[in-house]
Amino acid sequence: MAVVNLEERFQEKIDAEVKIEPKDWMPDAYRKTLIRQISQHAHSEIVGMLPEGNWITRAPSLKRKAILMAKVQDEAGHGLYLYSAAETLGISRDEMYDQLHTGKAKYSSIFNYPTLTWADMGAIGWLVDGAAIMNQVPLCRTSYGPYARAMVRICKEESFHQRQGFETLLVLSRGSAEQKAMCQDAINRWWWPSLMMFGPPDAESPNTIQSMKWKIKRLSNDELRQKFIDMCAEQVKVLGMTLPDPDLKWNEERQHYDFGPINWNEFYEVLKGNGPCNKQRLDARRKAWDEGKWVRDAAEAFAQKREAVRKVA
Amino acid sequence: MLFNLQIKRYGDYGDREVPGGEMPGQTNNKSEWPLWEVFIRSKQGLDHKHAGSLHAADAEMAIENARDVYTRRMEGVSIWVVESKYIHASNPDEAESLFDPANDKVYRHPTFYDLPDAVKYM
Repeated sequence: MAVVNLEERFQEKIDAEVKIEPKDWMPDAYRKTLIRQISQHAHSEIVGMLPEGNWITRAPSLKRKAILMAKVQDEAGHGLYLYSAAETLGISRDEMYDQLHTGKAKYSSIFNYPTLTWADMGAIGWLVDGAAIMNQVPLCRTSYGPYARAMVRICKEESFHQRQGFETLLVLSRGSAEQKAMCQDAINRWWWPSLMMFGPPDAESPNTIQSMKWKIKRLSNDELRQKFIDMCAEQVKVLGMTLPDPDLKWNEERQHYDFGPINWNEFYEVLKGNGPCNKQRLDARRKAWDEGKWVRDAAEAFAQKREAVRKVA
Repeated sequence: MLFNLQIKRYGDYGDREVPGGEMPGQTNNKSEWPLWEVFIRSKQGLDHKHAGSLHAADAEMAIENARDVYTRRMEGVSIWVVESKYIHASNPDEAESLFDPANDKVYRHPTFYDLPDAVKYM
């Protein structure tokens, strides 16, 4: 069958909301786009453990420590679901790790910011996980079956992350003057980077049109960002805190919040590797991978030895 | 009806089954632990259902990893794991001919039969 026909049939399936499964024919560019997007998403979950892992030993109570550990473990699980989904497209796990460790693959820029105080754990849960959920809910309906199934699983678990973050901030917002200040400071530092998580404005996002045609993406960067801002602008009132944007104002006509300009230079700088923690994060990943080698080798050797014994018996 | 059905593909991984149970694409990654498919029974009385996959050195580790990856919230009471290379799958390109025999047999469904309203409980 001619390639044109295959492509037409593929697009017909997409248009009819039929999911694409691993062994179905798909255009090379669709496969490549998905591998890039899913693996970057997986890397983000894995690297995302680092800023939070920073606070496990310093959580203010046993309860908070247990919650944080459960959350970080979830992030590891989310990374694993996504790596498996990417593997169905023909890339190996080791290849993906290699791309992460050599800096060839990107991960979400947000994780290149430092977690300076305990309130950052709250702000990350509320804003960073909140933005992630906003991005991820439409991905539950993405056209590639394994990716969509992974996202359904992730979204179910992610809701706890956001709620525990908000609750952490809520407790601080009702605390001492110092705790309130810490709460506001964390919101101030995480707000703008969270908005950048939705990616560059639609006009500067060249892949968006094709991704939307293939229904990999369901909503544009700007649409999602606006939804997120509208949501947070109301939620922050419950905390009795403010968002660090003097231009944030309800627009009756648009039925949305207007907001100030985002510093995209900062975004591109962090993306290029010049964020506050880029080096630290990648070094930590590489160290974990290198120092875990003997464990992987030992498990492999043990499995082989047992297999040999089993064959003899 | 005759058709040339080739069952030559693994589940969701690898391109083609090759002799010796090796998975193409996997052979270059000797250091990589093999891939396992995970099936979970969510509660007594239900089937095991495919949950996803993971890498592990052996079956025991696969089950323990499956517990941590797929049942952190009591999603299961029983786990099956099978190495992905042992899954044989039909070819989606041949789905039409494979499932064709069932295509024209509407009489296998109860709704095919028109009965008077007077007939109760059927």
